[in-house]
Amino acid sequence: MSLDIFSQYLINCLMLGMIYAMVAVGFTLFFGVLDIIQFSHGDVLMVGGFTALVTYAGAQALGVANPWLQLALMVLIATALTAGLGVLVARYLVLPLKNAPPLNTLLITLMMGMVLREGVRLAYPNGSNPQPFPRLLPGGVWSVGGFEARIDSTILLLVGLALITGLHLLITRSKLGLAIRAVAQDGETARIMGINFNWIVLLTFGIGSGMAALGGVMNGLYYTEINFGVGLLLGVIGFAAAILGGLGNLYGAILGGFLFAALQTVGAVVLPMLSQHIPSSYKDVFAFAVVIALIAWRPTGLIAEKSTERA
Amino acid sequence: MKHRFTGYLATSLLALTVALPVQAKDTVKIAYVGPLSGGNSALGIGGRNATDLAVKLANENPTSKYSYELVVVDDECKPNIGVQVVTKIATDRSIIGSVSNYCSAVAMATLDIYKKFNLPMIVWGAVLPDITYAQKISEIHRVNGTMIQPNMVAAEFMVKQGYKTWAILHDTTDYGKGHNRYFSEYLQKNGGKILGTFGVTADQQDFTAELTKVKELNPDVVYFGGLTPIGIRIRAQMEKLGIKAQFQGTSGIKSDSYIESLGKELAEGTLSLTEGVALERLPRGAAFSEAYAKHGYDQPFEAYGPFAFAAANLIIDAIEKVGPNRRKVNEELGKTKDADTVIGKVSFDDHGQNIIPLVTKYVVQDGKWVVWEDSEYGAGKRKLKGL
Repeated sequence: MSLDIFSQYLINCLMLGMIYAMVAVGFTLFFGVLDIIQFSHGDVLMVGGFTALVTYAGAQALGVANPWLQLALMVLIATALTAGLGVLVARYLVLPLKNAPPLNTLLITLMMGMVLREGVRLAYPNGSNPQPFPRLLPGGVWSVGGFEARIDSTILLLVGLALITGLHLLITRSKLGLAIRAVAQDGETARIMGINFNWIVLLTFGIGSGMAALGGVMNGLYYTEINFGVGLLLGVIGFAAAILGGLGNLYGAILGGFLFAALQTVGAVVLPMLSQHIPSSYKDVFAFAVVIALIAWRPTGLIAEKSTERA
Repeated sequence: MKHRFTGYLATSLLALTVALPVQAKDTVKIAYVGPLSGGNSALGIGGRNATDLAVKLANENPTSKYSYELVVVDDECKPNIGVQVVTKIATDRSIIGSVSNYCSAVAMATLDIYKKFNLPMIVWGAVLPDITYAQKISEIHRVNGTMIQPNMVAAEFMVKQGYKTWAILHDTTDYGKGHNRYFSEYLQKNGGKILGTFGVTADQQDFTAELTKVKELNPDVVYFGGLTPIGIRIRAQMEKLGIKAQFQGTSGIKSDSYIESLGKELAEGTLSLTEGVALERLPRGAAFSEAYAKHGYDQPFEAYGPFAFAAANLIIDAIEKVGPNRRKVNEELGKTKDADTVIGKVSFDDHGQNIIPLVTKYVVQDGKWVVWEDSEYGAGKRKLKGL
């Protein structure tokens, strides 16, 4: 395998991992504060992507022609609206069910995902088919030695890294982050300490959903296409990645995301090289099977939560 | 008491006499099965509208003996859902015939239900040969061709253009696997070389791993056996990875949505070989397009709408002739020979398969699917990739 082909595989894998990690981070944040699984999270990402698309159309109609300005508008509006959607889901679907069996929350968010998915499909013109996503980042290729990468993919990777680092700093270094961690550790005690529990939950959902919107925009820019079903598989994989890393742990989610992407790439590329009888279509079989084995080996995830006193 | 009964009887009789002269025609139900939600719904909705048009036209025709009602069910292109909805229509005895199935996987899963309940059906879009040829079920008919002929023509045509090497991507449903099988078979017979074959799942989003491998193999042509949504993704991601090969698809990508979603430039030069004749080249094609436009459907009828329209008309004609009885209608359909329809003459063989030997080659030119012979590519003014 030549170096340019290898670099292509590497970029594909990192990019896929980045998008998985951004979804997984949301799952892990929500589980952290409320111990619930927000199953429509993948579809929230899809809504983020479509909001950006609508914003783009609006910007075009208003005569905004500068691609960077268009992109800035898309990111701002998609993040704000999708964060708002996350807050609404938390306020009206998740918080009222706080004391109900967790199965109810799981079901209600699962159904919410269906509502979002089918809603976008029906409401968006020709929504059943993939929609073209504008190419706003510079194309072209840079190379060092034989190592090649597209400029747009590189920008997306760097932005993704910056976002995840930013989120990490927010959680570990800021007062808000301290409050989120306090609620995650023990909601009751946090409340006694004067932390507004509901506010923190709503904010966490806003942050996680905003991240998903950014993931949706990145996904659109990377694939130059978005479709109503994109969130379904991303949701499943993001959830698996979060569990794999250790639900409730930020680093775990990131690790899980990249690990899952690596497994899929290995399944699609390395396995067919080893044996002719394993075609690349077995990549998901391989990736999920390894995840099952890993979860069986470390039931609390690769990076287990430090505080496991919950009862 | 007696008095009141007589009164009631008199009123009823009166009502009956008043009602008799304006009595409506008997209502006969026919069913439509296709994907109305999910990724393939654009084609499913096109087929549904075309079937609906056939029913409306029959109802508008004063010489029709019956008034027709369409029962529409959504199979979501999923075999398990297909089994549920087909069982629902098959057990409803008021339904006499069904215009069924765009998705081969759903058709395969539901064949036995039609047989068990003697519900005559006509396939309007699914192209897997096994649907009509794996077993002989008298209830199963098909107006469209199978995937054998287009792949036979495609292999020969592409080799003649001068292409030598292929990478094949196909979805892992019966549809994609069938295309892979027949295309590979005929390609090898014609001397083409397959460098790699990749199965992909029908809801896969990311193809970069497979396509990077394709880039490494550097084939002349990328053949794709599958449907529009992932066809769009694969074509877009090929561009992303800088794969310069010619893109060749099957009937599954020959939809307006393919071009709309990819944009003119990316879609340009894509080939699709489909069974049947181009609508604009058929005597009744224009009348169908006109009637469709007049009835104000929001969505286009897409590639298979005319087939659904023809299927619905065959069922309605049979009902008009022998009455609303499943067995009789089925017998009548089996006898179909040289029936004049929107898709040309239809004749069923002993497996209920329409024998259309015709295959049409389409190429995307300036944002439209153009018949190869009428295109600038066919005339030699434009060149396909790598030639």
